[in-house]
Amino acid sequence: MKHRGLFYLQLGFTLLVSAFLIVPVVLSIMAGLTVNYFIGIESGLTLKWVFEVWNGYRDTIFLSIGLSLACLVVTLVLGVPTAYVLAKRQNALTRAIEELLVMPVAVPGLATALALIVTYGSLSGFRTSWGFILVGHVLFTLPFMVRSVLAVLSAIDLKTLEEGAASLGAGFWPRFRDIVLPNCRAGILAGSLMVVTLSMGEFNMTWLLHTPFTKTLPVGLADAYASLRLEVGSAYTLVFFLMIMPLLLALQAFAKPRPAKFVAEETDQ
Amino acid sequence: MTEASKPLAIALENCAKTFADGTKALEPLDFAIEAGETVVFLGPSGCGKTTTLRIIAGLEEPDAGGRVLFDGEDVTHLPIEQRNVGMVFQSYALFPNMTVAGNIGYGLRIRKTPDAAVKARVAEMLGMMQITKLADRRIDQLSGGQRQRVALARAIAVRPRALLLDEPLTALDAKLRDTLRLDIDKLLRSLGITAIYVTHDQAEAMALGDRIVVMEHGRVAQIGKPREIYQRPATRFVAEFIGTMNRLTGTTKDGVFACSAGSLPWAGAPATATEILFRPEDIRVAESGEVTGLQGTVAAAFFLGDRTRLFVEVGEARPLVIESTARRDFSHGEAVRLAIDPRGLLVL
Repeated sequence: MKHRGLFYLQLGFTLLVSAFLIVPVVLSIMAGLTVNYFIGIESGLTLKWVFEVWNGYRDTIFLSIGLSLACLVVTLVLGVPTAYVLAKRQNALTRAIEELLVMPVAVPGLATALALIVTYGSLSGFRTSWGFILVGHVLFTLPFMVRSVLAVLSAIDLKTLEEGAASLGAGFWPRFRDIVLPNCRAGILAGSLMVVTLSMGEFNMTWLLHTPFTKTLPVGLADAYASLRLEVGSAYTLVFFLMIMPLLLALQAFAKPRPAKFVAEETDQ
Repeated sequence: MTEASKPLAIALENCAKTFADGTKALEPLDFAIEAGETVVFLGPSGCGKTTTLRIIAGLEEPDAGGRVLFDGEDVTHLPIEQRNVGMVFQSYALFPNMTVAGNIGYGLRIRKTPDAAVKARVAEMLGMMQITKLADRRIDQLSGGQRQRVALARAIAVRPRALLLDEPLTALDAKLRDTLRLDIDKLLRSLGITAIYVTHDQAEAMALGDRIVVMEHGRVAQIGKPREIYQRPATRFVAEFIGTMNRLTGTTKDGVFACSAGSLPWAGAPATATEILFRPEDIRVAESGEVTGLQGTVAAAFFLGDRTRLFVEVGEARPLVIESTARRDFSHGEAVRLAIDPRGLLVL
């Protein structure tokens, strides 16, 4: 009987915590769908706000998606080879590089953004392009790609695997393509998930780096909350959800590790 | 067997290896391996045997001045991927991103072999290693013994000029080691391939090697056929590293070796011998009535079925080890008289 009491106590607590997290999400979504938030749900449901957001802020959504995908491409091209070199050559220099790479995560985004503006702000063509924001995002997300690929590469015996491939006649590029890349797939996918998510949601650096023509989704969201009706801001959140969730779910599904199976000693005979 | 390439003769000339941190892994070594021969490099860890193998493979380059010759051709600076040698690693080095068949066929696909030929060769290898059932398994679904069979099949599939094996059985349990040792022996004989095998296990070395190279501290201690190495060890290190060696200390005078266990008539005794060595099979417990000058007391006796292993105390630092086939029990503390076959006596 005592156990039963404990069970309900735990269940109640879990539900309470879940509610604490989920209720604001539901309320926010509902706020974006009600005619007048201050009157409440009695005022009726509408898609008006969602369309308003779609018409007014569509570009920020596409820019954010484009930006995060561009960021992903750059971090893949830079990050995977970097992680490979760091995994292969363990010395004082590579360890220093590994630490330095994390600096943009530790330094406040505002400081990084200011440094970029002070240094490159006068290159007006660059300053006003989305490439300027991309540089900031790459600085911020690169360590996440390098770290997750490096973690996977350090866990496998990369050196021996490569030696095995070389003994079978594979030169550097075939080895990299057939052995290194497929075996750090899990790290690349996990890193990609982080990079896309972080780039998509990055606010404090982007807020300084953006121009009126290069507004990303989170910057637009801040705009909407600050200058428009609460319903519009909430509808914006809803649109954000609808755009991001399928992307993240797809990446997550890719990144699932395959289960290992039981092994018994047997040969044909 | 359809192994087209003819076996390779390998020569090492003045090959030494000093690592970046200054460690001298290998002293200058000159050594020739004949075509089709199986040579085993044997020694404790850190003796330079794996470094030698890696120099032959092309995974390490010897220090300046050293040369590696394949059939007389200088391959010293040729990387492993251009040497066409098959290699089997202690940790197998199988590719986790490929199936068993994918692993075995990889070297052929790298060589741009047509798909049908790859398929046929993979099937042949699977059959040869008796792992046909495992063709579509992933590597993490295999046991250690299965992995080693796949590693062997993968190394042989490309018809290499030589097969290099780096402690291939060390990661396996004893029973599996015996089975696979037999399989590897059969394989090497049937392929007729030049094979270089590195191990720290003297039983493996004796069973597989046409010749054994015993190494110690980066130097060759002795090169010879298994029987020579066992019966005529060149140094104390070789004598004690391979098999069990008994030792008696004493003095020689007028063809008689005298020690604390008694005296031993030895016609050919070198006058200066103060220590004699012999194998457990060259000493036995004397029959009653037999004349012998040696005796000791039984310190321990282990009945092994076909024989009894006796440890006999004779006043030396270590008791003598005797393999007795006598059909009788030995009890702790029992006094036994001992007979030694003088033909087995060594002085080093």
